[in-house]
Amino acid sequence: MTLDISNPFDPGLPPARARALPWLTVMAGSLLAIVPVVAIVPLQPPMGLVMLLAWRLVARFALRLWAAAPLGLFDDLLSGQPLGSAMLLWSLTSLAIDLFEHRLVFRDFWQDWLIASGAIAFCLIAGRFLAVPVGAQVDAALVIQIAITILLFPMATRLVAWIDRKRGRNEVGA
Amino acid sequence: MAPARDRRTGFSRRRQYGAFLAYVLAVAGAVVGVVLLVASTFNPPAFAGLRMTLGSVTAPVSGAFVAVGDAVDDIPQAIGRYFFVHSENERLRAELAQSRQLLLTARTIAYDNRRLRTLLAVRDRTPDTVVTARLVSSTGSSGRRFALLNAGRWQGVAPGMAVRGPEGLIGRVTEAGPAAARVLLLTDPESIVPVRRTRDGLPAIAVGRGDGTLDIRSVNTNVRLAKGELFVTSGTGGLYAPDIPVARIRADGGDTAVARPFIHPDTLDFAIVQRAFMPMPVSAPSPRP
Repeated sequence: MTLDISNPFDPGLPPARARALPWLTVMAGSLLAIVPVVAIVPLQPPMGLVMLLAWRLVARFALRLWAAAPLGLFDDLLSGQPLGSAMLLWSLTSLAIDLFEHRLVFRDFWQDWLIASGAIAFCLIAGRFLAVPVGAQVDAALVIQIAITILLFPMATRLVAWIDRKRGRNEVGA
Repeated sequence: MAPARDRRTGFSRRRQYGAFLAYVLAVAGAVVGVVLLVASTFNPPAFAGLRMTLGSVTAPVSGAFVAVGDAVDDIPQAIGRYFFVHSENERLRAELAQSRQLLLTARTIAYDNRRLRTLLAVRDRTPDTVVTARLVSSTGSSGRRFALLNAGRWQGVAPGMAVRGPEGLIGRVTEAGPAAARVLLLTDPESIVPVRRTRDGLPAIAVGRGDGTLDIRSVNTNVRLAKGELFVTSGTGGLYAPDIPVARIRADGGDTAVARPFIHPDTLDFAIVQRAFMPMPVSAPSPRP
């Protein structure tokens, strides 16, 4: 999708590896949960979700539409949420972004960021109600966590765009 | 961004079916997610095997990171110790002289205590330690407060065991895998610990709030909970051994008050896994008809 100006004839990675790379980066984002910190307040941004959204919005054919479900399952195994919550929420987000793509054909980065912000807020708020009883005092932390995650999205898109450029231009249709 | 031309499937049947199938699979993924969610809501330990097998892979990795972090952390401390060794020596000498007297008193009290207990014929159970291991990571992005312990079934850890640190209670084991176990921390919104006030033995429960503090709810009504009061486990329910420090009240309250737990699990210190204090009795075999 993005053109490598330095060498237009660079074939990039072999197709199998180029296909696997987006999956691996999203799973690496989920694996950020194993950093050796025992957090008292849940502020750590869900990097798996951020990477998924970045791939979905920056390089839309890198991941299949159904990839959100298995990637969500992997995230559920690590994140501490009840199993199936990320699977459900990420799938719904992926489908919703597809609807946006049908309606809002010409988009720039700010609109992508807005869509991603909505998706992040939806996933985190819905995840909170799926996992934690309503009376728990986690809402202030949740708002901060949503803000941190939204602010991380541009960095994730830069990273994804860089990987996508390195990966080569063997585009495969959806 | 320009519209994606690749979205058009054209006249190719293969691409048309492929695009349709992608939507079907995406919706199917969401439906499977709902099914798994319902299953894990009604039976939380379901899929524990899957989770903890993965945990057994990640826990040693996190443990290695901890070791590296400790090594880096040690360097400035070693330098500091080198410069302050004399002042520290003097301070420790003074402390030793003080604590010698305290130790003598404590020994007398301990002896008295033992004697009086035998007189009363109290049947004491001492909780036995299963293993000492490290908490290596936690669920930092979820509202639930779980930590991963770097020891599992191979080390003898089983669900239902109590976990305590040097300063106080940490939580209990909810799931155990081959080499990792998941610990429900005290501050989790679904954690409840029976406690009592040290001053007069007032029974209460400590419920996690999810933001690093606890709610102490008195069992009796018309109680004043004052700032600074200490609560320890009461041993009710048989899971936690009595007299493990739990929390200190942070602000005055009535029947309910906010308390700060004694443990700071973010220091990644060692945790001691103990067998359930009074294990559940084995159910009697049902009589044959």
